[in-house]
Amino acid sequence: MTDQTPAQDSSFQTEALIAEDIDAYLDQHQHKSLLRFITCGSVDDGKSTLIGRLLYDSKMIFEDQLSALENDSQKHGTQGEEIDFALLVDGLAAEREQGITIDVAYRFFTTEKRKFIVADTPGHEQYTRNMVTGASTADLAVILVDARKGILEQTKRHSFLVHLLGIKHLVLAVNKMDLVDYDQGTFDRIVGEYTAFANEIGIESFTAIPISGFKGDNITAPVGGAASSNTPWYDGPALIDHLETVEIANFAAQARTFRMPVQWVNRPNLDFRGFAGLITDGSIKPGDAVRIVPTGKTSTVKSIATFDGDLDEAVAGQSVTLTLDDEVDCSRGDMIAVADDPPEASDQFETTIVWMSDEALKPGRAYWLKLGPQMVSATVAEPKYEICVNSFEHLAAKTLQLNGIGVAELRTDKPIIFEPYTKSRQLGGFILIDKFTNATVGAGLIHFSLRRAQNVHWQPTTITRDDHALLKNQKPLVLWFTGLSGSGKSTIANAVEQRLNLMNRHTFLLDGDNVRHGLNKDLGFTENDRIENIRRVGEVAKLMTDAGLIVLTAFISPFRVERQLVRGMVPDGEFIEVFVDTPLDVAEQRDVKGLYKKARSGELKNFTGIDSPYEEPQNAEIRVNTVEMTIEEAADHIIAQIMPLK
Amino acid sequence: MRQLTHLERLEAESIHIFREVVAEAENPVMLYSVGKDSSVMLHLARKAFYPAPPPFPMLHVASGWDFQALLDHRDKTVKEYNLELIVAQNEDAEEQGINPFDTGSALYSQAQLTDPLKRALTEHGFDAAFGGGRRDEEKARAKERVFSFRTASHRWDPKNQRPELWNLYNAKKNKDESIRVFPISNWTELDIWQYIALEKIDIVPLYLSSPRPTVERDGLLLVVDDDRFRLEDGEEPVERNVRFRTLGCYPLTGATQSDATDMNKIIQEMLLATGSERQGRAIDKGQSASMEDKKQQGYF
Repeated sequence: MTDQTPAQDSSFQTEALIAEDIDAYLDQHQHKSLLRFITCGSVDDGKSTLIGRLLYDSKMIFEDQLSALENDSQKHGTQGEEIDFALLVDGLAAEREQGITIDVAYRFFTTEKRKFIVADTPGHEQYTRNMVTGASTADLAVILVDARKGILEQTKRHSFLVHLLGIKHLVLAVNKMDLVDYDQGTFDRIVGEYTAFANEIGIESFTAIPISGFKGDNITAPVGGAASSNTPWYDGPALIDHLETVEIANFAAQARTFRMPVQWVNRPNLDFRGFAGLITDGSIKPGDAVRIVPTGKTSTVKSIATFDGDLDEAVAGQSVTLTLDDEVDCSRGDMIAVADDPPEASDQFETTIVWMSDEALKPGRAYWLKLGPQMVSATVAEPKYEICVNSFEHLAAKTLQLNGIGVAELRTDKPIIFEPYTKSRQLGGFILIDKFTNATVGAGLIHFSLRRAQNVHWQPTTITRDDHALLKNQKPLVLWFTGLSGSGKSTIANAVEQRLNLMNRHTFLLDGDNVRHGLNKDLGFTENDRIENIRRVGEVAKLMTDAGLIVLTAFISPFRVERQLVRGMVPDGEFIEVFVDTPLDVAEQRDVKGLYKKARSGELKNFTGIDSPYEEPQNAEIRVNTVEMTIEEAADHIIAQIMPLK
Repeated sequence: MRQLTHLERLEAESIHIFREVVAEAENPVMLYSVGKDSSVMLHLARKAFYPAPPPFPMLHVASGWDFQALLDHRDKTVKEYNLELIVAQNEDAEEQGINPFDTGSALYSQAQLTDPLKRALTEHGFDAAFGGGRRDEEKARAKERVFSFRTASHRWDPKNQRPELWNLYNAKKNKDESIRVFPISNWTELDIWQYIALEKIDIVPLYLSSPRPTVERDGLLLVVDDDRFRLEDGEEPVERNVRFRTLGCYPLTGATQSDATDMNKIIQEMLLATGSERQGRAIDKGQSASMEDKKQQGYF
C-alpha cells in the first residue's frame, strides 16, 4: 500500500451516507451529470497510474481485483513492492507483457456530483488514431506532463489533437510533483512554456494543476483545505474538483437551434408514423415549426412520443420519436430542423482528414462516408498539405499514411446535410469506410462547403437518354473488359464490336492504349493515376450510354473498387463486366508488346501481375477463358450472352 | 436548458445504438440471458422502438443447468411483452457426459454456452447480435468496441477492430461476417441497479434475498436448485438467506448471504461490498486474461 492515504471524504462517495441512508444517497446519485474526458500524455508520464488512482480513490476497485493487482504488481510491476496502479488499467494480455497500452480503453468512476467516463489512450507516436478516437467523444482533456521532463514534443502533439477535435476544456496536469520536491519554480516554468505554445496553436484557455498521481496530491482536495499541504503555493482546484464543476458540452448544445438527424422511421401501424433520432442541437416542443431537409417541406411537431408518455419538451442529447402534423416525405438520413434556420447541404467540402489505416489514402478512390445516419460515396482529392503533428508545419503531400493528418477537398456523390465541425461535432464529423474491406480507414472534420450545392442544379435536357436509345433501337450497355495485359481484351472487344456492327448496333470501343494518347495523356501508372484513369473512362462511358450507345472498354482495370465505381455510375443492368481470364504465365508467354520482359527486368514499374496486384472479378457477368476458347468463340459467347435470340 | 442526468444520457446513447443496428443490419437478434443486464437491455429496446415492439427476436442460450426461477421469469416476460423467443441449447450434453460437476470449466462453457450460441447465430443467419457486455466488468472488456466485429467463424480479433469516433458506428460487413453490439457498454453495475430501481424493471427474484437451500463448496455458496445437484459426502443443504449478484449455471454460481429484499438495499450492499460482481463466477477463474481468451473463441 502507499504511504499516504488519499483524502477521499470531500468528493468521493461517502461510505457513511451509503450505510446510514441509502435512499438519500441514491437520490443524490440519481441527479448526477455525466462528464466524458480523455487523458493523454507521453510514455511514463504516469497516465495509467493517475487513472488507477482515480478508480482506487473512488472505490471502484474491489478486494478481489486488488488482490489480483497485488499479484500482478509482483510479476509485472514497475513500482517495486508498492501497488502499481498502472496495471489496473492495462487490459489486453499482449499489452500487459509489453508494459504499454495500445488501444483506447474506457473507465468509469463516480463522485458525489458526477459520473465520469475516461477515455484512456496511449501516448506513443504511432497511435494518433487512438487519441483522435478517444478525443472525439470527450468534453475535456487532461494533458499529463512529467514535472521532471517538462513540455515534450508529445505533449504538443496531444494538445494539438485534442484542440483539433474541438475539446474546449483543457487541463495541464503537471504530474510527479513529488519527484521535484513540489517545487513551485518548476511548475511555473512548465506552465509558462505551455502558455506560449497554447497561444501559438489557438488554444484559448487551460487549467494547470500540480499533482502526484502516485502519492495522491491535488487529486482530491483534503477536508477543509483547497490544496495538498505539499503545495501550499497552489491555490487552484484539485483535479477532481475541477472535473466536477466544468461545464458539460451537451449543455451548450441545447442553446443552439434545433436539429435532429432521422435515424429510423417508426411505422408500427397505419395510425402512427414517427421519426426517431438523437437530438444533436437545441430543444423542441409540440407545436414548433420544423423543416425537413433536404426536401424543404415544413410542418409542425404534433407530439414527442416516448415509452414514458408524450413529452412537453425534449433537448439535445435525448433519443426521441417525433410525430408531425402533416404527411411529409422523410426517411433515414434526412434531418428535422427548426423551420427558419435549417442546415446547409453540399457535395463538395474542404476537410481535415485523419488517416487510420495501414493502406494509404488513395485520392480519387471512392470510399463510403458516414455522417450521422447519412451514408454516401465520397472521393478525397490529393491533400492540399499534410500537417506535421510535431512542428505543425504544412508539408506537401500526395496521400496520407497511417496516422497522417491533412487538409483535402472531398466530394460526395450526392449532397449531404452538415454543419462545420467547429459549430457541431455531430454534424461536422464523419468517418470513411473502405468499400472492399469495410474497415473504418479515416475520420474527417468538415471545415466548409466549397459551394452551395443547392445552387448547382443538374441541367435538365429535353431529349432524354431513353429517347437516344429508342432512336437507335437498342439498350445502351457498357461492356467492361478486364484482365491482365496481353490477356486478349482489345482483340476480343474488337471482334465483338465487329459482330455488333453487322447487327446494326451503334457502338464505340474505348481502348486503354488509345485513351492514354489523348484524354488521359497526363496520367502515369502509379496507383493513384490508374484510379483516375478508370474514373475518367467510366465518366466517358456513362456519357456515351446516355447518348444511347453500346460502349466497349478494354482496360486492365486491376482494382475491384474502381470497377465497382463505374458499375455504380450507370443504371442497373447496363454494366456488363467481362472477365478475360488468362493466367499470368500464358499472358507473359504471349507478351505481344514486350512489356512483361521490361517489367521483369525492372525497366517498367507498377506493372500489373508483376509488381502491382490484379484483383480478379468475383461476380463478373461474363467470363471468357482464352486458353480454352479461340477469339472467335469468345466473341460469339459474349454476343450470345448480351443479345439473346428472341 | 436542462442538465440531463447521467442515466438519461446513458439511456439516450443505448437507444441510439439499438436504432442504428436495426436501420443497418439485415437480421439482428438480442442475446437474452434473462439476467439484470439483459432486463435493462430489453427495457431500452422497448423504449427505442416504442410504440412498435422490438423488431428482433430474443435468443436465450440455455445451458440446461439454469435456475428454474430464471426460466419462469423468461417465459413470463416473453409472454407479457409478446416477444419472439429462440432457445439455443446443447441437446447432446448428457450423451457427451458434459455436466457442471465433472466437466472442467473451460470445456463446459465451450460446449454448453459458446458452441450453442455460435450454432444458433449461424443457423438463423443473424448478422448482428445485441449483448449485455459492459466495459466496467473486466479489464478485457474495457477496450471492447460498441460494435464488435466477428469473422465468419465468430472469432474476435482484438487487433482488427474498427475505431469508433463520435457516435458513428460502421456496420458494413461482408457476407457471413457479423457484429456483436453492446448497447450498454458505458453503464456500470451501479447504473444498472439504479436504472432498474428508477424504471421499476421486473427482474428475476433470485437477485433478491430469500431463504434458499445452500451448500458451501470451494469457497462458493451454492444453491441446490433441483435434485440433479450432486451432493458430496457429508454435504447437507442448509437454509440460508441468500441472493445473487450475477446469474450463471446454478451449480457454478455463488450466492451471497444477504438480507436485502428490496432494490435500495441491494444497491447499498453492492456499494459496501468488497468483491467485484464476477467474483461469484467459477468460469472466470484461471489465468487473469481468461475472459480475453474466451472472447477470441466466440464467448460473449
